[in-house]
Amino acid sequence: MNNKLTHIKELESESIYVIREVSAQFENPVLLFSGGKDSIVLAHLAYKAFYPSFIPFPFLHIDTGHNFEETIIYRDNLIKRLGVKLFVGYVQKYIDIGFVKEETGYGASRNKLQTATLLDMIEQKKIDAALGGARRDEEKVRAKERFFSHRDEFGQWDPKNQRPELWNIFNGKKQLGEHFRVFPLSNWTEMDIWQYILKENINLPNLYFTHEREVFERDGIWFAYYPFVKLKSNETTMRKFVRCRTVGDVTCTGLTLSKAHTIEEIIVEIASSHITERGGRFDDKRSETSMEDRKKIGYF
Amino acid sequence: MTINDNLDIELLRFITAGSVDDGKSTLIGRLLYDSKSIFEDQMESIKKISVRLGHDKVNLALLTDGLRSEREQGITIDVAYRYFSTPKRKFIIADTPGHIEYTRNMVTGASTAEAAVILIDARNGVVEQTKRHSYIASLLQIPDVIFAVNKMDLVNFSEKIFNKIIEEYSIFVQKLNIKNVYYLPISALNGDNVVECSKRMTWYKGDTLLHLLETIPLKKNISNLPARFSVQYIIRPQTKQFHDYRSYAGRIASGIYNVGDEVTILPSYTQSIIKYIDDVKKSLKKAVALQSVAIRLINNVDVSRGNMIVKSNELPTVNTNISLMVCWLNHRPLNIGVKYIIRHMTDEVLGIVKEVIYKVNINTMENIIDNKQVKMNDIAYVFIKTFKPLKYDVYIKNRITGSLIIIDECTFETVGAGMIVE
Repeated sequence: MNNKLTHIKELESESIYVIREVSAQFENPVLLFSGGKDSIVLAHLAYKAFYPSFIPFPFLHIDTGHNFEETIIYRDNLIKRLGVKLFVGYVQKYIDIGFVKEETGYGASRNKLQTATLLDMIEQKKIDAALGGARRDEEKVRAKERFFSHRDEFGQWDPKNQRPELWNIFNGKKQLGEHFRVFPLSNWTEMDIWQYILKENINLPNLYFTHEREVFERDGIWFAYYPFVKLKSNETTMRKFVRCRTVGDVTCTGLTLSKAHTIEEIIVEIASSHITERGGRFDDKRSETSMEDRKKIGYF
Repeated sequence: MTINDNLDIELLRFITAGSVDDGKSTLIGRLLYDSKSIFEDQMESIKKISVRLGHDKVNLALLTDGLRSEREQGITIDVAYRYFSTPKRKFIIADTPGHIEYTRNMVTGASTAEAAVILIDARNGVVEQTKRHSYIASLLQIPDVIFAVNKMDLVNFSEKIFNKIIEEYSIFVQKLNIKNVYYLPISALNGDNVVECSKRMTWYKGDTLLHLLETIPLKKNISNLPARFSVQYIIRPQTKQFHDYRSYAGRIASGIYNVGDEVTILPSYTQSIIKYIDDVKKSLKKAVALQSVAIRLINNVDVSRGNMIVKSNELPTVNTNISLMVCWLNHRPLNIGVKYIIRHMTDEVLGIVKEVIYKVNINTMENIIDNKQVKMNDIAYVFIKTFKPLKYDVYIKNRITGSLIIIDECTFETVGAGMIVE
């Protein structure tokens, strides 16, 4: 080895530094775990940051109830393997008590409802820092996000008045009731994530690889069909070989028609892809600034 | 592309700066577009917005302006980070705003940059903002600064105009402390000399902007500097299997650490020797600058977060009286004699500003001594006293161990960025 790090090793070192900094600066952090590849990589980095100790904070999953079942199986196995505690915030519970109201109609999604559940969990569990797997290359508003992102007592983000973040010095100080969102993967791109998964031999849910499932097409995007999805009269379901490029809630995760069986094949597919990974995310397509609007009120 | 093509390339972080209408966002859009880092759905989205805003062609600048108010006003407010890669390198761009009131944002973006691209409008030549941006690049010790004279299409690709601008400006730049300076004529709108050589400026024989970014040497000396490691976190599993395990985790700021190195722990000056350098399950013989590792010593000594482990033959300065250049970041002005929290690497101490020696007029680089109130976006030379000693090198020698941030004790906001002079 010469005296310079490769870009993947430099990104890994930066993320581990940020994760350790969270543990040193906060009393009650959690790792937001969605079951998507980014949060899986984040969990892997947290494991590396504290080895041979256990990860010193619990994971938090916001469960919309509209999950791919593979995600839940994967989550439970990972938790057991890492020896960490899991909190689950159930969106269904908040619908049942009337805290939030479910959307109706075509394209109804519980994506937005996750915010209320998340903020309530943060308050209840007195969480002062929530680590998330968001990356700046994902979306134009995320490009402006800090590593340590301050939230006021209502969980709101003020993008025009963010704390300056200089060199690698992070300031996690806050008033009572406020919290931080921390994004250790800020500087990773989609390609970096896949190269890292390959290099580290990280196991992923089968959703990311080609599989045959019942799907339907809407506005040029393929979606998984589940009984709770409301189909329009001109929509029919069919069986196709697909894989997920990102994994979110079933109702907003677009699927890619793909025959990729291995990480190597996925990397080749992404390298030649013409649309961004969030191009298939229905939650981002609602308006030009939908991510900004959701983030301001406390979304991931 | 084969799978491993991109696995062992290097990372270059650079900053872009320019005044309001210099075409900075267009340049970034051009770099992303010509290096094929823009996807169809992003293109579709900006096409739609361009039509709605009444632009007659697709406005590449829209790729970088993320916040709603930025799109509405057509300006960049906050630092935005952009990513692209070529087969040679992976790039992180910190795109910073040009307005004077956003000096603090440029300082933020510049703090981690290894190169800067500063735009000059060929029609206007050097303006006050160009000088300010150059000064900040020099103050923050960005080693490579590229001056891109943009909008050459609007001055008929004139060699004379380009030469006149650089001739005048190089006199100013010589007064600054920038290691490597480059000038190149471009048209971001049309792509001349950005990724492809310009057919309309055959008189220019130098590199294109992208070629320059792909070839400037990286992190030239960070592993050759004295070894610096600030303890971030102590790993003590206290499990049966790892009962006596105790390691000091952190990220190497500079230099190289080897197993067997004789080290000194600061500020206690305790001596020890490195027994293991752990990278998870791997035990390394040596580790280099920027690597996150966990160090185990041969004996149990008292080490806590914020302590520094350095090689015994190359100690840093340990002192409580420190002079530094500070960039003020907050609308509450600097208060002399009031306690602030000083964060330096992983260490945190209280300190007070004893004296403002002078402020810098960053347009003329003259020192201001008759008005010493330090307000937001001001840059000043100050003298501080810390309640416990800091372990540091001067900023000009080491950008990590020579930098600190100042935190307001009441609001907890980051209010100042400091670069240690001595």
